[in-house]
Amino acid sequence: MENTLLDSIHNRLKEKFGAGILAAEQQRDFPVFTVGRDVIHDVLKFLRDDNDLAFGFLTTMCGLNYPDNKGKELGVMYQLHNLHKNERVRLKTFFPVNDPKVPTATDLYASANWMERQEYDFFGIIFTGHPNLKRILNMDEMTYHPMRKEYPLEDGTREDKDNTMFGR
Amino acid sequence: MGIEVKKSKIEVVSAPTGHEGPGFFATSLDKAVGMARKNSLWPLPFATSCCGIEFMATMASHYDLGRFGAERLSFSPRQADLLMVMGTIAKKMGPVLRQVYEQMAEPKWVLSMGACASSGGIFDTYSVLQGIDRIIPVDVYIPGCPPRPEQVLDGILQIQKLAASESIRRRDTPEYKEMLAKYGLE
Amino acid sequence: MAELKDIKEGTEEKEYQTLNLGPTHPATHGIFQNVLKMDGEIIVEAESTIGYIHRAFEKIAERRPYYQITTLTDRMNYCSSPINNMGWHMTVEKLLDVKLPKRVEYMRVIIMELSRIADHVICNSVIGVDTGAMTGFLYIFQQRELIYEIFEAICGARLTTNIGRIGGFERDFSPEVWEKINRFIDGFPKALKEFENLLVRNRIFMDRTINCGPITAEKALSYGFTGPNLRAAGVDYDVRVMNPYSSYEDFEFTIPLGTQGDTYDRFMVREEEMWQSISIIRQALDKLKKEPKDVYHAEVPEFYLPPKEDVYNNMEALIYHFKIVMGESDVPVGEVYHAVEGGNGELGFYLISDGGRAPFRLHFRRPCFIYYQAYTEMIKGAFLSDAILTMSSMNVIAGELDA
Repeated sequence: MENTLLDSIHNRLKEKFGAGILAAEQQRDFPVFTVGRDVIHDVLKFLRDDNDLAFGFLTTMCGLNYPDNKGKELGVMYQLHNLHKNERVRLKTFFPVNDPKVPTATDLYASANWMERQEYDFFGIIFTGHPNLKRILNMDEMTYHPMRKEYPLEDGTREDKDNTMFGR
Repeated sequence: MGIEVKKSKIEVVSAPTGHEGPGFFATSLDKAVGMARKNSLWPLPFATSCCGIEFMATMASHYDLGRFGAERLSFSPRQADLLMVMGTIAKKMGPVLRQVYEQMAEPKWVLSMGACASSGGIFDTYSVLQGIDRIIPVDVYIPGCPPRPEQVLDGILQIQKLAASESIRRRDTPEYKEMLAKYGLE
Repeated sequence: MAELKDIKEGTEEKEYQTLNLGPTHPATHGIFQNVLKMDGEIIVEAESTIGYIHRAFEKIAERRPYYQITTLTDRMNYCSSPINNMGWHMTVEKLLDVKLPKRVEYMRVIIMELSRIADHVICNSVIGVDTGAMTGFLYIFQQRELIYEIFEAICGARLTTNIGRIGGFERDFSPEVWEKINRFIDGFPKALKEFENLLVRNRIFMDRTINCGPITAEKALSYGFTGPNLRAAGVDYDVRVMNPYSSYEDFEFTIPLGTQGDTYDRFMVREEEMWQSISIIRQALDKLKKEPKDVYHAEVPEFYLPPKEDVYNNMEALIYHFKIVMGESDVPVGEVYHAVEGGNGELGFYLISDGGRAPFRLHFRRPCFIYYQAYTEMIKGAFLSDAILTMSSMNVIAGELDA
């Protein structure tokens, strides 16, 4: 049953966007689509507004960072929910780290506002068209985007932690 | 019906040691003021996270902090004696905490409740201040994540001991000034 | 008098004050900063700043083995930590394809519903405090202590419980725990009824809360509301029913709904959910009688941390303990999303595993963070005192908000 959901959405998306849909796969109970950055906003809009699909609820959104995927280091994951039929779908889009731009979804979902600010804060992903794109959780003075894999977790100011004893 | 009179369990604070004679009682001012301060602390609850919920439990009827004379919470720093820092202090919050401390009038004590406030706790991360004693002086640390209400009560009792034995004008002593200077305060 | 009217309606002579509410303010029950533009007592504009206890959960999670992440989830929504713990365990179990015995799932349901009660008790009694009724808080908090005692008897901790393990519970519930649960279930309805008598039909309380901070269903959905706040606006979305986990499909319960989405509705929805939770716990206790005794974890030695006494006395247990702690167990590669109905709404865990000892990426869908952004819009045009009530009725938990 799950796979028919994947196929039916995939067919609708392919029909509409063609080559913009880069991949479709089933991850456990989720149909997952990888979408090109240039069409992501249209795909979201289509999924929301289409009477049949009607994914009207943005469950969550998060940034992704795969430092080894050259040219696709950063990404965004969107998770949509059709509350009437209880269907969920996950969308992903990837882009290079030196051009971290993706169109905003704030015009489609009001809830995207802070989620996008958070991912900007964490990963430095610039959501073009966002009304108020500034840091949300960290201090404004922070100079880097801490969730990227290259930055350390630790604060670095503590002297009482001995690395020879712990495998950090 | 005869009413059975139960012996009261309430203990009234005993008077400080001094010289007593017919019609007079003399003690040092330090001791009298210390006793007053000790038994009427006004805490400022600076509750940020989980420990704040345990503090609510401490204040509620089961543990009842009011038994120790610290019932009256002062939400204005200017009227508070005791700054109770409860919960994680992020670097973003650090300047706010420092400002609150500066706004408090002498004499003032600081109680750091829980692992996060005392040392950063399990959050050794880029965003968390690794212990509030990096920005303000602390009198009593309560360990635990979060500490049990009994531990909080014990911490308050420790603060009471300090309050009782402190000289009236502690802030004028050179040691105290030196200590504040270390934190860049005055 | 005519002049007075002119001043009131004329736009040029109007003077706005800026009021800084927070970050440390007694009435906000946490650290939220709102800069308000006030016209007298009416809020014209508001701007929220958050992040005052940002603790970098997602970053820490990338550096910790799976079983250690439970401690992080404790500190997210600390009013109902066990739900977070169980949500995380279930996420990992979903990744590992572990099927739990029914008895364990029912035990989890009992714990989760108890913590839902603990969560709603705090929220509703604090709404009472903010309307000036301290009595309810002092009275019902005593019941919360009883829930704490149950948790304490199970896992040793009151608030940040770290309850359970991946694959079940760390130990079976002792007879004392069952007795405490039964005693609580018998005594709590009476206390809750009395608490309701204090507030539900109280004229002052009703006048303060009805039409205070309302939100429409469309707005609520657009802002990503979930949980009691969404249901107060009239949308019957509950993860327990929509995507049942931990055998919730075996239970009979109703989802209470509001109509206005105002503070009173949110209060009432939470009240009714507590009654439903009591009923769910009773059903679970009944169902447990039919289940085999002494089963408290699934047979997955590669992932279930063995009891300490076995580790010290039993070679096999020692090996598995070592493998789990050192991260030598093989975790499947892949990604899962699992959601549970937390105290505040859909609490989701999005986990990407690359087969290593720690998650490659772990994202928490924190309900508070998503719906709190509607706050500034909800309080526009409201009185300052209503803004406080709106915030406490939304039950925004700082730890969950700031991650």
